[in-house]
Amino acid sequence: MAKIKPRVKVPKSAAAGDIVEIKALISHPMHTGRAKDKKGNKIPRKIINKFVASFEGQDVFTANFEPAVSANPYIAFPFKASKSGAFTFTWVEDGGAEYTASKKMTVA
Amino acid sequence: MAFSLAAGAAFAKTPYHDGTAEVITPTDKNHPLGEIVSGYDFRKAMIRDVQDDDFANPAMLVADHGEELWDTVDGSAGKSLSQVFEGCAEVPLDVVGSVYPRYHNAAGKVISLEQVINMCRETAMGAKPYKWESRDMLGITAYIRMQARGSRVNVAVDGPAAAAFERGKELYYTRVGQLDMSCAHCHEDNYGNYIRADMLSQGNINGFPLYRLKWNGVGSTHRRFRGCMKNIRATPLPYGHEDYVALELYTAWRGNGLKVETPAYRN
Amino acid sequence: MKQTKQFSTISRRQALAMLGAAGVAAFAGVPAYADGAAVAAKIKGLTGGKSVGEGTIELDLPEIAENGNAVKVAFSIDSPMTADNYVKAVHVMADGNPTPDVASFNFTPAMGACSASTRMRLAKTQNIVVLAEMNDGSFKQAQATVKVTIGGCGG
Repeated sequence: MAKIKPRVKVPKSAAAGDIVEIKALISHPMHTGRAKDKKGNKIPRKIINKFVASFEGQDVFTANFEPAVSANPYIAFPFKASKSGAFTFTWVEDGGAEYTASKKMTVA
Repeated sequence: MAFSLAAGAAFAKTPYHDGTAEVITPTDKNHPLGEIVSGYDFRKAMIRDVQDDDFANPAMLVADHGEELWDTVDGSAGKSLSQVFEGCAEVPLDVVGSVYPRYHNAAGKVISLEQVINMCRETAMGAKPYKWESRDMLGITAYIRMQARGSRVNVAVDGPAAAAFERGKELYYTRVGQLDMSCAHCHEDNYGNYIRADMLSQGNINGFPLYRLKWNGVGSTHRRFRGCMKNIRATPLPYGHEDYVALELYTAWRGNGLKVETPAYRN
Repeated sequence: MKQTKQFSTISRRQALAMLGAAGVAAFAGVPAYADGAAVAAKIKGLTGGKSVGEGTIELDLPEIAENGNAVKVAFSIDSPMTADNYVKAVHVMADGNPTPDVASFNFTPAMGACSASTRMRLAKTQNIVVLAEMNDGSFKQAQATVKVTIGGCGG
């Protein structure tokens, strides 16, 4: 299986009160469990089922994904800049494996 | 070949339909078309918007993988591709994506980017070649071609490249398969028309390797050529076949003047 | 092409009638869930049968998706997103897929605005329903149809 690697966009800096947009993309086939391989065998379900964005240790946004979410899942969402700090983004895969990325944002 | 022109008004507009596409006038007077348009402009906003955003475009994930490989030491010579590539490629890195396939002096023939990468790996790095359609090869070709992104496709088809160019042109217009069709039937005679629910593009390759929704992944021009031939019920050639390299040179020439869009996003 | 839906009030009676009458288009401007019994059941499960109210949910969905593998789905809900008044969760459902759930999102006031964008798989032309749950336990919803074409020549 291809390596799981995310691509995340967080503005490096923002003014307090600004609403910034965060984008997160991760490489994942999102096997629905319905497709068959070349031999006709069902490829078992294996998806990223949850994405969590936390800021300075507090969860601020969660997305729960079903197999209807496309391969290489993408999510964009807003965040209100209030203080400088670090984001942690976590993708949870069926079976419990987790993939993470971190980004810092400076708030004036 | 009878294709019916679907009423444009019934479908949401593409830039080609509504006239906002970037249209290149061919400089080569032997070009069969009066206008050159990227596949980008034949697609609706939902698809174009993804290509426009490097954080939404899943093809960038494959290019990221290529970027990692670029700097990774591999093989018996203890070198990374980044250290040896420009010497192997015979042109600077930021030009490669706009001039390949290209007549290569050391190889003595027109070769594709995949072939020069493997030549480099074997001779300069002492490393094993990548399989044509592997994630590694797709990643590294996407990354390298991306360094020319935004510059204009400019493949040379004269002098020592002329024979491959002529072969590619011959293939483009040759009917194949049970459906007895050539590339030209769709991409020259009917671009802008619909085949089933798809608007046909001119078949330019300025965005390859690219992510296709149909593939749910990134693929090369040879994968695309093979897929077309399978659709026409012809036997596809193997990846890397010299006829596909010739066809790649020819189709790249048809798109000379377009911006390199690698790694593109299409349906 | 963006579709903006401003959803008007559905009374409790109407909501219950919709749930019980799959295949019957009974209300002006509210298409019945002809294939959407599963979505209706899901909404009932989430709302407990409560009325689903008014408010602006802006849906950003293509009118026609050239390929069903990755269809943009985005929404924006007008809300102050303060501790007293915010959107708690948003559920996205598709009534023509093998199962109706697409994704759900949990929001907090720290976000400052309520919106999200992702890409979904659609098996065919169908209705997309977006149900929003407020912190006070009330609900609102919007829906739109996405036409899905099956194209993609060339292997």
